[in-house]
Amino acid sequence: MDETSVTTQDMTVGFKFQHAESIEARARRAAKLVTDRAAREGLLDVAYGFAESPFGPLLVAMTKRGLVRVAYPDLRTDAVLERLAEEISPRVLESPEGTEEVRRELEEYFERKRRTFAVQVDLSRVQGFGRKILQQTARIPFGSVATYRDMASRVGSPGAVRAAGNALGANPVPIVVPCHRVVRTGGGLGGYTGGLERKVALLELEGVSLPHPGGGAIRPRRR
Amino acid sequence: MRAAARTEADRRADGIPPFQAFLDEHRTVVYRFLVAAVGPNDADDCFQETFIAALRAYPKLENGDNLRAWVLAIATRKVIDAARARNRRPEPTADITEMLEASMPVRPEERDPASSEIEEPLWGEILALPPQQRVALVHRILLDRPYAELAAAMGCSLDAARANVYQALKKLREAWTSRG
Repeated sequence: MDETSVTTQDMTVGFKFQHAESIEARARRAAKLVTDRAAREGLLDVAYGFAESPFGPLLVAMTKRGLVRVAYPDLRTDAVLERLAEEISPRVLESPEGTEEVRRELEEYFERKRRTFAVQVDLSRVQGFGRKILQQTARIPFGSVATYRDMASRVGSPGAVRAAGNALGANPVPIVVPCHRVVRTGGGLGGYTGGLERKVALLELEGVSLPHPGGGAIRPRRR
Repeated sequence: MRAAARTEADRRADGIPPFQAFLDEHRTVVYRFLVAAVGPNDADDCFQETFIAALRAYPKLENGDNLRAWVLAIATRKVIDAARARNRRPEPTADITEMLEASMPVRPEERDPASSEIEEPLWGEILALPPQQRVALVHRILLDRPYAELAAAMGCSLDAARANVYQALKKLREAWTSRG
């Protein structure tokens, strides 16, 4: 016992020799390489990154099938990631490379250099009716709007207007699947997952005329 | 150790954190363990092997309890595997000295001459220990883990874990005293 305690002190001297910060920096670099290798070996089930936008950094997440999540900055990053881990796979890693395509497309969209998104979208987590609504929504062209009633009709359930609204409210990939282009039948804006101000901002960016911004009626330009 | 246990307990009982959070939380302790266990030259390789193995097994975990112990057990196996595969002990090289000097808060020439004896490390002796002893020593002394955890991580008995630490300390003490 005596022997142990004396030598323990000697050992501690030896270990204190390292500078803590240097080990941390080395560990950080080594961790980045783990992500690269995980991607090469197909172990990266969910890659996430952040796209610049006028609303702040948007969290974007990709599975092997495509874009699975776009989250506005007011959602807590760790809460969004925990949910992805639970619902898809806990193999969730930050990967600027793995999200390069969607980040670039979003940034081009906000610079008015892009009107359509080429990135694949993974809607496999959305079931049945909701998925049909989102698939139809993806077809609404840049700068146009449709109504909730239109969307319900387009999936063959003209009575399911409220359900269509709920499906759009639960859109996991806003902006890329443009649920902001769906408005009320009477010309009201309706709701938006990211807040009504953002819906207005996105429609303005796309050049949709909003005679009474902030809750007034708009004139849908039907396609 | 306590801080890590608390943050893990904060999570939902059955929740497995996103791998990035797990990696961020444990990368430093694993790296520190590996530098001490295999030396700075092989630490990066063992780090990769450890976390890639963890990533492979990760979706099969039943819960997120005590992930620190889990990943250190994987790292321990990687250290022992690497030592067996190479059939050699890592040797103290000039690189180690360089790395240690580069990572020191004070450059050697700026150090207080009176303290130079204390700052002489035991790395050479630590790296010359047989892998089982070296790993046991690092777990016990550097990471301050109880013998029960150490035995679990190494897959050996409590007595064997104690014996490994005892032998390692004995050798280091001899080396230390023989330096005068």
